[in-house]
Amino acid sequence: MTTSMTANPALPESAVKAVARRTKQRLTSRGATIAALVIAVLWTVPTVGLFITSIRPEVETQRSGWWEIFINPTVTLENYEAVLFGRDSLLGPFFNSIAISIPATVFPLVIASLAGYAFAWMKFKGRDVIFVLVFALQIVPIQMALVPLLSLFSRGITVGDGVLYEGLRNAGQFSQVWIAHTIFALPLAIFLLHNFISEIPSDVIEAARVDGASHGQIFFRIVLPLSMPAIASFAIFQFLWVWNDLLVALIFANGAAAPITRALAELTGEFGQNAELLPAGAFISILVPLIVFFALQRYFVRGLLAGSTKG
Amino acid sequence: MKDLLGWIGTLPPLAQIPIVVGLFLAAAVAIVLLIEVAPRPGRKFTIIRFAACLVIPAIVFLLLGSVWWAVAAAVVLGGLFFLLDYRSRQGKGYLFALVGFLAPAVVLLLIGLVYPSIQTILLSFQSNRGNWIGFDNFVWIFSQPHNLVVIRNTIIWVLVVPAFSTALGLAYAVFIDKSRGEKYFKILVFMPMAISFVGASIIWRFVYAYRPEGESQIGVLNGIVTLFGGEPVNWLQQVPLNSFLLMVVLIWVQTGFAMVILSAAIKGVPIEQVEAAQLDGTNAWQRFTNVTIPAIRPSIIVVLTTISIASLKVFDIVRTMGLAYPDTGVIANEMVTLLQKFESGRSAAFAVVLFLLVLPIVIYNARQIQKTREIR
Repeated sequence: MTTSMTANPALPESAVKAVARRTKQRLTSRGATIAALVIAVLWTVPTVGLFITSIRPEVETQRSGWWEIFINPTVTLENYEAVLFGRDSLLGPFFNSIAISIPATVFPLVIASLAGYAFAWMKFKGRDVIFVLVFALQIVPIQMALVPLLSLFSRGITVGDGVLYEGLRNAGQFSQVWIAHTIFALPLAIFLLHNFISEIPSDVIEAARVDGASHGQIFFRIVLPLSMPAIASFAIFQFLWVWNDLLVALIFANGAAAPITRALAELTGEFGQNAELLPAGAFISILVPLIVFFALQRYFVRGLLAGSTKG
Repeated sequence: MKDLLGWIGTLPPLAQIPIVVGLFLAAAVAIVLLIEVAPRPGRKFTIIRFAACLVIPAIVFLLLGSVWWAVAAAVVLGGLFFLLDYRSRQGKGYLFALVGFLAPAVVLLLIGLVYPSIQTILLSFQSNRGNWIGFDNFVWIFSQPHNLVVIRNTIIWVLVVPAFSTALGLAYAVFIDKSRGEKYFKILVFMPMAISFVGASIIWRFVYAYRPEGESQIGVLNGIVTLFGGEPVNWLQQVPLNSFLLMVVLIWVQTGFAMVILSAAIKGVPIEQVEAAQLDGTNAWQRFTNVTIPAIRPSIIVVLTTISIASLKVFDIVRTMGLAYPDTGVIANEMVTLLQKFESGRSAAFAVVLFLLVLPIVIYNARQIQKTREIR
């Protein structure tokens, strides 16, 4: 295990690209190309089906499969109108999702980059043990933390007659969700950012230290700018996770604070009744992540690698 | 703090974002500034450090709504910390800076993950009214046929999904490696990663949809079956096929993740090794198994681990798709269902079972991390 890990030195990106360009002209085997095409089509068809279903009139959807749009093209925006402005409008939950996702992305990133720096470049007793513990926390099932956290938020902590912590009852509609998401994101965020930050050449850090820079300066002037790619990519990641989350929303975001995933899940619960709204609703909920993903996918991939290929 | 948050909560959702983020960033910048001035010599900075050690705990506890003696205790602890820092072996201010970097994360993790985990373990030995009942909750779990199905399903999920996603992702990554339009191939398969499980469930509902025979089918799968003259099948009613059909959804989502990471790992394989193997007259398959696979093994393990954890925690798919169908339950979903029935003890017991299932993965990975850190 250890040997194979050291035997995987990261090649400079330019060299990899040059090699890739050279070999690109070589013919890849036909069978492999066909297999890849089949997988690609299989992976795309369900999403395309949903999109087509969402723009077909309800009568048509009930009468025939979505693929018949190619025989009998009928297109309408009624479904979207109903979803956005109808009785069970998803517009409110949509904005709730934005209001939940953005702060829940910023908070863990800032906290984790501070902690990641300390784990990577400050020496203290038990550092490795604590770091492994933090990593291990990543695998604690979130469900396990939900009950106690919920009671902590709603009841606070009292010792005898004295209130140690008054809880978050009435403390704004989103505060519980923000805090919950922040906490649950931290282990992975610290792990990934630490990996990236510790890859910064130690010469750079040492040189700054010799020049008399303090840890605060090193963090602000060197580490933060250099690890921007990793931070940006994890930000995208975290945004998608929070946006797509249902579990935390189900427990912590009630009523008026419900994000779009929860609103959709509740629509799916009422069988038959709002069924025609589902495709359009689902597509609206997918839209933002898809835009984020397509616009920023370059960073996305880079960030995945920052933590993962190092093992 | 509560009043402030309460006031923010009355604003429209979008207006809350800048205020909350701004306040948070201001606090973060204050911490970094304190870290920055901490190690500077001179009386002025000693006084700043001392003041921070007393004032910050006081403010934090006041914001939490504590009683006065708790605030006082926190301030005394802050003072002690200042003394400790003042005599620190690495120089004054080092400990101060260290705590500044780590405290926010550690405090949140203790509150949000460590404390709840301990609490859940305790809850699992209690009845819903808080009486200690020993292992009764666990006995209940392992004596109900329904629960055994749930546990069996969870184990099948964690075996099937990572294996298939990783294998498919690896195969796809190899197939498209260095081919024309590789980028677009990647996007197509990676796209499901951006879609929520709720969205994915709705998408797949239109794949598995069933209409009685004779009616026109609206599900793709039955559309294909009837096209070839077969009888339409009510897919999600078929036990045990329905669980596997739900797994397909997670595989659909996770394959892209596996593919992207493994594809990058494949590109990191030293070209010399591949060329050397080529000169030795090996064929493509031999090169793949003897050169590529060993070189990307760490990445494969990371992918397997991540997807295993994701499939152990799978909840959304089962909840939005399988709830109405027989024998599709998994632990993660059962916990939430029990919780909503106020069966906190039994829910916690399920959590402990889930945690025990995850434990081997944690231990294995923790060992790996320790090894890499030793190398460094």
